[in-house]
Amino acid sequence: MNDNWLIQGARVIDPANNLDAARDVHVRDGRIAAIGESLSPADVPVIDAGGLVVAPGFVDLHCHLREPGFEYKETIASGTRAAVRGGFTTVCSMANTEPVVDTPATVAYILERARAAAAARVYPLAAVTQGLDGAQLVEMAALAAAGAVAFSDDGMPVADARMMRHALEYSLLVGKPIVNHCEDPALAHGGVMHEGLTSLRLGLRGTPAEAEETMVARDALLARRTGAHVHIAHVSTQGSVEIIRAAKRQGIRITAEVTPHHLTLTDALVAKSPQTEVGAALGYDTRTKVNPPLRTKADVEALIEGLNDGTLNAIATDHAPHSTTDKLCEYSEAASGISCLETAFSQVYQLARDGRVPLATLLSKLTCEPSRAFGLPTGTLRVGAPADVAILDLAAAWTVDPRTFASKGKNTPIAGATLPGKVAMTFVDGRLLHAADGYGVFDESGVSDESAVRGEAGQGGTR
Amino acid sequence: MPLARKDLLDLDDFSSDELMLLLETTSAMTEILSRPIRRVPTLRGKTIVNMFYEASTRTRSSFELAAKNLSADLVNVSASQSSVEKGESLIDTMRTLQALGADMLVMRHWEAGAPYLAASWLNASVINAGDGWHAHPSQALLDLYTVRRHLGTIEGIKLVIVGDILHSRVARSNLWGFGALGAQIVLCGPPTLLPATLLGAFGDPPWLSLSYDLDEALADADVVMMLRLQRERMAGGLLPSAREYSARFGLTGQRMRRARPNALIMHPGPMNQGVEITPELAYGAQAVIEEQVTNGVAVRMAIFYLLAGTAERLA
Repeated sequence: MNDNWLIQGARVIDPANNLDAARDVHVRDGRIAAIGESLSPADVPVIDAGGLVVAPGFVDLHCHLREPGFEYKETIASGTRAAVRGGFTTVCSMANTEPVVDTPATVAYILERARAAAAARVYPLAAVTQGLDGAQLVEMAALAAAGAVAFSDDGMPVADARMMRHALEYSLLVGKPIVNHCEDPALAHGGVMHEGLTSLRLGLRGTPAEAEETMVARDALLARRTGAHVHIAHVSTQGSVEIIRAAKRQGIRITAEVTPHHLTLTDALVAKSPQTEVGAALGYDTRTKVNPPLRTKADVEALIEGLNDGTLNAIATDHAPHSTTDKLCEYSEAASGISCLETAFSQVYQLARDGRVPLATLLSKLTCEPSRAFGLPTGTLRVGAPADVAILDLAAAWTVDPRTFASKGKNTPIAGATLPGKVAMTFVDGRLLHAADGYGVFDESGVSDESAVRGEAGQGGTR
Repeated sequence: MPLARKDLLDLDDFSSDELMLLLETTSAMTEILSRPIRRVPTLRGKTIVNMFYEASTRTRSSFELAAKNLSADLVNVSASQSSVEKGESLIDTMRTLQALGADMLVMRHWEAGAPYLAASWLNASVINAGDGWHAHPSQALLDLYTVRRHLGTIEGIKLVIVGDILHSRVARSNLWGFGALGAQIVLCGPPTLLPATLLGAFGDPPWLSLSYDLDEALADADVVMMLRLQRERMAGGLLPSAREYSARFGLTGQRMRRARPNALIMHPGPMNQGVEITPELAYGAQAVIEEQVTNGVAVRMAIFYLLAGTAERLA
């Protein structure tokens, strides 16, 4: 597949290198060869990117590719196809597969499957405890050597404070972060949505914000004691933002991520009526069920503030694909999670469009900052780096139709919503792996090269 | 005038006109129930399925009698005898009912929202007979009917609901129903069972207030509605003991003197006598608890009748 391009006339935004200017990008042999004004290398296909934004391909610290074990929900192939459709060129896969990623062999299996079938780069996380049982540490050294980039029992918190302390201490051996899904089980008490006005009205058991916040505070203190790096997964409450902000001020090694849905949606959505086959159902839409749950307006505001002031390092999708039957049931019985990779950019771009978060800040949270948090080499357009590139059409709008998702998970609460900003094209290692309808590639003679490119991109296939 | 709805899931979006239609229709049904032969052919040929995922005696038999009084064919399904026990999903059960040609489904479920899911999948009318902590609209309607029969109106009366409001579907539906018809409502119970945020959950309406002091709450009350205290609240750490609960929130003859002289005492049942209410009051002159049960049949006949009218019109 071709990996030489001239991307011409774009607004190039590369937060890693403080660049936001009209530039051409020359890609040669799958790497960034040059970024400059009026480049004219010979004999490369030209992409007219006038009016478009070129950014580093996005880096997702938190997604569920479900393979091995839950291939009916997602596979490494389908999940990474979804990733590149969403502009993500690097995804970190969570360890709650079957078997759990707690042995070097499982890490090797995922990397092997990724080599064979993935469209995007896959960096696996391993579990913190064996079988996610919260009782015995995994072999972190062996797992890190096999390729695990971080450790997480995600889906489950590390509930026992002493276990968390030891996990953090032991992680100093490998220098990788411990990623915790913060949720005190006793306080959460089987809650299925945010405890607040909507849960009281609907009669659903709620999870109070403090279930998350007490564990965030605990983990910050344990990180302070141990000197280890703790990364807080999917921060969802105002209190958590305040605790992380204070911890960072103290110099504690703490980083944090936030999802597109927690940045843009509230618990009120659980009571909203989705359209169904027979008519309008009245709320209890299981597609809104996610853990941590959608919170309140005040939480959303605090999360946006946390993005702006640097408290939150990364926007991560927590892409959690589920089959239709996993969601077609009573609210309490339904699986938690949102299929997010293909909508993430447009969801958070709403914040830039509305002037809530500067575009460069937003893109840094999708590129260099997550890479830095996990020590990944990606998320930059530095000359010489692999050409992982997202081309964005900020002027375009589109309507979310889960039937068109590459992900097997059609579970999104924003089906039917019209969102601003579109991922026009995505390159991994300089290879064009996604081109949205209407975004062609033209060679220097102006003849459309589109069909050839599309044909290859449609295969998924490489990397 | 028919009720322009397919389902009865809660009273939260009912207008006062719709509520009055239901109450007036209930009066007509009460008249039928006073006849020597209490059966009319109105719903002959209609199939009503009673599907109870949670144990119930009074609500289930009340719906059953209501269906029979209207000459409908009734199928009783309890979760323990159905394929639910074999792991069939709610949706598959609904598809089966659809295929069997059920016209109406009466559903009791331990999960809040389950009847909503059913209603979105069935062409049949779905009647919520209680879903988790969420709603119990037929109970609220029979409470409205009972109060209106005794006091002549709902407008301007003071209703005190006492007990475990947090976990009560009866309280929630009654809030909507009595609120829409103009009652003043005071919720009373211990803070663990009555979070202050509950007011906000209902939109902080001016007619709704909250008290942790039963004596204060009862002043000039027209209606006192006692809720059942579930034993598991003590095990769940929400209350220290039934004894302390009873001392602070139990309805006694002495406390009742703070209410208006002929104030009504209600209870959705089943009662814990000696905990939330003394036996003397439960069976005393002010209690309308058994009448609530009687009126329940007429209310449910009215619900069936009005929803069937809609279905026919749609057909």
